[in-house]
This record gives sequence, C-alpha cells and structure tokens, in this order.
Amino acid sequence: MKKCRRCSKPATLHITEIRKGEVQQLHLCEICAQKYLAQGNADEDEPSSSATVEDLEAADELACPHCGITFRQFRSQGRLGCPHDYEVFETELNQLLENIHDGIQHCGKVPQRTGEAHQDHFRLIKLRNELQVAVKEEAYEKAAALRDEIQQIESRLKPQTTI
Amino acid sequence: MDLDSLAQHCGEWLRGTGPDSDIVMSSRIRLARNLAEFPFPNRADTAAKSEIETLISERMKALSQRQKLNYIRVSDLNALDRQFLVERQLISRELSEGSGPRGVGISDEENISVMINEEDHVRMQVIHSGFALDDCWAEINRVDDLLEHEISFAFDDRLGYLTACPTNVGTGIRVSVMLHLPGLVLTKDIQKVFQALQKLRLAVRGLYGEGSQAMGDFYQISNQVTLGRSEEDLIKTIKEVIPSILKYERRARETLLLENREGLHDQIARAFGILSSAQTITTEETLHLLSSVRMGVNLGLIDELQIPAINELLILTQPAHLQKVRKKPLESAERNIARASLLRQRLTAREHETN
Repeated sequence: MKKCRRCSKPATLHITEIRKGEVQQLHLCEICAQKYLAQGNADEDEPSSSATVEDLEAADELACPHCGITFRQFRSQGRLGCPHDYEVFETELNQLLENIHDGIQHCGKVPQRTGEAHQDHFRLIKLRNELQVAVKEEAYEKAAALRDEIQQIESRLKPQTTI
Repeated sequence: MDLDSLAQHCGEWLRGTGPDSDIVMSSRIRLARNLAEFPFPNRADTAAKSEIETLISERMKALSQRQKLNYIRVSDLNALDRQFLVERQLISRELSEGSGPRGVGISDEENISVMINEEDHVRMQVIHSGFALDDCWAEINRVDDLLEHEISFAFDDRLGYLTACPTNVGTGIRVSVMLHLPGLVLTKDIQKVFQALQKLRLAVRGLYGEGSQAMGDFYQISNQVTLGRSEEDLIKTIKEVIPSILKYERRARETLLLENREGLHDQIARAFGILSSAQTITTEETLHLLSSVRMGVNLGLIDELQIPAINELLILTQPAHLQKVRKKPLESAERNIARASLLRQRLTAREHETN
C-alpha cells in the first residue's frame, strides 16, 4: 500500500489533479488530504512520481501475443484477457496493484502442482487462437498441424495419477 | 437437483443457528481461480467456454465420492430459474445475466457452490450461518485442493493466483460476513461503523453484494485487499473487527430499550401485525418489516417466531421463489398478493394447522 507523500502514514486517498492539461496523481493519508484540499492546492509543485497520462497512453497500444487484448481495452473494461497479460503489462499493472493491495508479493496459499507447465499453458492459448484464425481462413492444412500440436501439449499436461 | 422441490424451504445453512446469529446472518468465503491454458471468460469465445465448462464439470463429477456437487447448466435455465438461484445466494447476478456456456455445482446442503465461467473460470464459495469464518475456510480450502488436484490453475510465484480482474489477484479470496444492524441504524451510528471499516480497507455492501442497497438493515462486510497478505491474515482482520461491531450493535439496542422501550416495542409489534394480516405487500416493505421483527425476536419482545423462520422468509418472499412455489410466472401485483399470503400462513401457522 502506498505511503502518504507528506507524512509516512499509509495513503488512503488517491487524488487525481488535472491542471493545464497535465495530470498529477497524489497519494495522501486522510489528514494530509484534508489539509491539501482545504488549502486549495496552491503548493503542489513537485512532479508526481506515479504514472502520468502520457505513460498510460503509451502503454495503450501494447497487446498480448496470446489473447490479443490491448492495454487500452483492459483500461476501458477493467478486466484482463488471459493469465499471460500479467507478464505483458507487468510495469503498468504493478502501479495499479500497489494502489489496490498491500504489496505486490503473494504470500498466501500455493497450489500443490509446480509451475513448469506454465510455458505450455501460454502456448496453448496462442495455438487455440491461431487454430481459430486458420479455420476461418480455410487454411485446413495449417489448422490440422495446429490441432496436432495442441493435442500433443495437452497429453503432456495431463495428470499422471487420478484419485 | 430439482429446483422446484427447493422452493418450499431455504438452504440448510440459513436455517441453522451458528454463533452470534442474533446479529450475524451468515459468513461466506469465496475463492477465484482460472485455468492456466485458456483466456478469461470475458475474452474466451463460445467454443473455449464450452471446453472450460466441460473440463471443470467433469472434474466435479469425478470428485463425487469426496464431495458431491450437483451440476446445473445455468445456460440451459430460463430467467426465472436463474433468478431463483440468485435469490438463494447460490449464483451471482453476473453469472445469471452472463452469456455463453456456464454453470454451477451445488452441494446438497447448499452451503458449497462452485460457479463456472463467471468473471473467472472458477468461483467457489462456502456459506455458513452465524459467525463461522474458520469453518468456511477449512471447507473451501478442502474444495480448492480437491479441484486443483485434477486441474492446473493459473498461478504466478510473485502475483499468486491470476484472475481476470487485478482487484482479485493473489489469494483470490473474498471473506464476507453479513450483519443485521437495525440498532445502529436507529441510533444513527451506522456511519461511524462505515468509517472505521474503511480505515481497515474493508468494504460494506447491501444484502446482495456489489452495487446493492442496504435494504432491511443488512450489511455485508468484506475484504478489498487480496494480494500481499495471506488468507489466514485477511480472515483474521475481519474476525477481529466483528466482535466490536457486535458489541456496538448490542449496546445500541440496549440504549433504545432503555430510552424508549414502549416506542420500540410498538414499532416491532406493528411490523409483526402488518406482516401477519396484510393482503398485499411489496418486497421492499417485507424486508423492512422483517428487519424490525427480527430485532424484536432478538430482544425477546416477540415469542411467536424464531430466527431461522425469519431468515427463511427473507428468501421465500423474494420474487422468483414465490413464482416457483406457484409453478407459474406472476405479475408484480399477483406477486404482492402471493407474498402476503405466504407471510400470513407462516406467521400464524403455529396455532392454526388449517390452510
């Protein structure tokens, strides 16, 4: 969770100021925020350290190679397209996660399985997308090759034991 | 699972009387999970959603010896049946109004429900009556382990369980407690409670969760943070704040009794009177009056009714439930009459066995 920029208490208010077309983001605790708002914000001259509108707009064109979603689409709908997006939009999301949560390192429950399957899983999303396109374009040979690869990976990921 | 047969009663879990159930209606924990190899539901096409649904529902079936989950294809249900499940808190409004292949697995007691293709691929929840977060956590942790044994969930070492919305990433947990706070509403102290909760990063919502109003003085308190803290720690924060709210509410009720016992008793008695004899009544008025009656039972001012019966009425007087019992759709005016009839029947049933 972000610290107030005036004192060191946790910031609970996140103020976005737009002045002369410039956007500033301020993170303040309740008391400092009250003071700031009461003063009529005459003395906030130092540039903010968080993302400006330009930063976010530059990221807008970024797209996930697996599911195709762009950062702009994420910003407008509030939801990501696939698990891989967390990697693709890492820098931009870190900012957001810091504001929402109490830190950006998971320290809770961990699944029983291990993670080597991750690469395979991301590849599967991409392959499925490509298969869809190939079928639409009637490139059936390509589609068949893609389907075979998908089946190969799926059988590799299948659990060894069942309960 | 036959929905028609469910319509006469509410779920087992709501009829129980857990700890502190005078004020705590229910405790609920929800976990969000996603399959690692598919796009999230908002981005997945019908074929993918169908595959996801098949994958997960098959796993549920395979688990039936350890945990029976009755599977319902929500996409096959009509609007009335979907609304019915929403009213019973077995599915969310989002799942009901969503599109494409989606479903839910529900335990016989209705306290476990696992949704497929809502905002995330899997949204599982466990509900218990009263203040019972530890029981909820033990149970849902078990269900999560059972499902995950057969499925690969999207997970990152740094960010935890990956979810469609960054507000859920990490533990993917939503811990909630539903409280009945008519005392604090009457003494106008409820705002102070909101402010205190806000400081702890806890959200307060109405009876049906996100975006709903606090009708009938029922408030749902839940965590907002899901990353950077463990599940046990997040549960602990809510567990530790609830006793002070309970004390505050009980003190407010005592104050009201001391300062104006007759006035309060009158309000409660009138509420019971209207519910027992009205010929037509809206959902809104019902919730409002049942809230008074519920407080009345807690304060010992009403003998004729028990808390589980009132909790049950809160569900059975809802629109889809009334129509399921009659086995046909009803217009608003007809529903208001049916509701009044049900209330008269249930509130005076003790002495009169005849219909």
